[in-house]
Amino acid sequence: MRALRRYASSSAALIGLVLLLMVIGMAVSAGWLFPDDPLSLAGAPLTPPFTEEGLPLGTDSVGRDIAAQIFHGARVSLLVGVVATGIAIGIGILVGAVSGYFGGATDAALMRLTEAFQTVPSFILLLMLVVIFGSEVTTLALVIGAVSWTAPARLTRAEFLTLRSRDFVQSCRTLGMPHARIIFLEILPSALPPVIVYVSVVMALAILQESALAFLGLSDPNIASWGNLIGDGRRVLRSAWYVAALPGLAIIVTVLAISLVGQGVNDLLNPRLGRR
Amino acid sequence: MRILRLVLRRLSLSIPCLGIILAVLFFLLQLAPGDAVDALIGQMGTSDDTLSKLLRSYYGLDGSVVAQFTGYLGRLVTLDLGLSVAYGTPVLALILERLPVTVVLMVTSMAMAFTAGCVVGVIAARYVHRWPDTIISVLGMLVYSMPSFWFGLMAIVLFAVTLGWLPAGGISDLRAGHTGLALMLDMAKHLVMPALTLGLIFFAVYLRVMRTAMLEVMTLDFMRTARAKGLQERAVLFRHALRNALLPMVTIAGLQASSMLGGAVVVESVFSLPGLGRLAQEAVVQRDLNMLLGITVMSSVLVIVVNLVIDIIYAKLDPRIDVGA
Repeated sequence: MRALRRYASSSAALIGLVLLLMVIGMAVSAGWLFPDDPLSLAGAPLTPPFTEEGLPLGTDSVGRDIAAQIFHGARVSLLVGVVATGIAIGIGILVGAVSGYFGGATDAALMRLTEAFQTVPSFILLLMLVVIFGSEVTTLALVIGAVSWTAPARLTRAEFLTLRSRDFVQSCRTLGMPHARIIFLEILPSALPPVIVYVSVVMALAILQESALAFLGLSDPNIASWGNLIGDGRRVLRSAWYVAALPGLAIIVTVLAISLVGQGVNDLLNPRLGRR
Repeated sequence: MRILRLVLRRLSLSIPCLGIILAVLFFLLQLAPGDAVDALIGQMGTSDDTLSKLLRSYYGLDGSVVAQFTGYLGRLVTLDLGLSVAYGTPVLALILERLPVTVVLMVTSMAMAFTAGCVVGVIAARYVHRWPDTIISVLGMLVYSMPSFWFGLMAIVLFAVTLGWLPAGGISDLRAGHTGLALMLDMAKHLVMPALTLGLIFFAVYLRVMRTAMLEVMTLDFMRTARAKGLQERAVLFRHALRNALLPMVTIAGLQASSMLGGAVVVESVFSLPGLGRLAQEAVVQRDLNMLLGITVMSSVLVIVVNLVIDIIYAKLDPRIDVGA
């Protein structure tokens, strides 16, 4: 309760939370507000927003309801964001924890691997993975996660490096605890706060990457996603710029909300670092 | 001499890094359905078993996995990237043809983002927690949340379609047939919006780093000394604080090099620039895995080179950095 009140004391964090709840609300309500397939025809092509009843945001170049696509797109973005982040943080924690805990040759090898993954532009690697594994939306979420683990890994490693020589870890070792137990049950809880804060960054980037892939026409064409809609709007940019503009606003609101909430959580978990 | 040793040490670290990248990519290629020969045969529209066997032995694809890997490494190290399945021309030639546009785009947007980030970051730090700082922080947040391709499209709507100030895409106006200086100017005009678009996200990052670094430096003792000896605030800020705050900025610039190249793919597509990124997108559409492999390897090399240059700048800025450090 106290933590909640402290979180709410920052107006930026509060705004972020409200916006995030709004986006989640859109994803949840998409099914009963727009029960029809969002990719089915709803009216005349390129109906401008606020001109026709039942089509609040107008239609795209084919005549599909933009509002319906934006609401259903929230599902895709959040799904991709959550799944990709889960995978990236999972791999990152595993690599970082093993690397930082064992040190030595293990650390050196894993850090070379991390550096290699940081050197390859992740978006280009993503393109390659899309060609190899296909562009279904669940596959996309998996591969975006698979290219985003390096920063969480470095963060976890840094925490483990400082924690592993502490007294409580030494005593665990003396007690003969297995390594896995020391890593995951003893050290990890203390190493987690900075990594948790980084969750928001990974999620924001994952959502942006999915939308960029979709914009390039390399995502799943059979689903309503914000990037797909912007890609479609690009073709009618000169005559109907609103088709591309509206879903972009949805992306900005979502990414902004996630970043603001992340900052709020950061101030909560690391009170000394906040208020700078 | 110090710089040379730094370069050599850096290079010796980059080679294992590149080796790991190549190994990971090879592993990924093994997972791909079909190989280069299947793609070639598919392109030719025939299904001749003897021909595919011949091609496989020509490309060294009929040996064991180990033999294939050594062959693959050997070809990549000698920069023999093979033929593009879609174009039928050597991948390396295609990449080298497209590389300059991408490099120019990257360097311009990085320079723009870096300079703007420095200036705005210093202003934010100077007025910390007052209204200029708040406005800058909010703007930075907004910019950071913006998908670059969306910003690019909106810039086209405003500056090309509505105002007609700048061209909407392409690298130069082919119909005008400019040469020499006029061509350079025309290209620069075509690069304004792409560079702004690519630089914008990184501007938000630099701005935040600069603000934090300046605030950090301003708490140090030598700043108080500088003020105590009666220096003007401007001299304190620019001569003393800025130079020290630049170090973390340079580090971040190095870390951003690879994501900047990734961003270039999207921006080049928005503005139809004939660069490496656009080549990568075409390769994906045509399932040209060989080309994508070449692009991935070359862009990794590019990132390593950029980082090397940044290390040299860093060493120039901070004379304390030595080879051992």
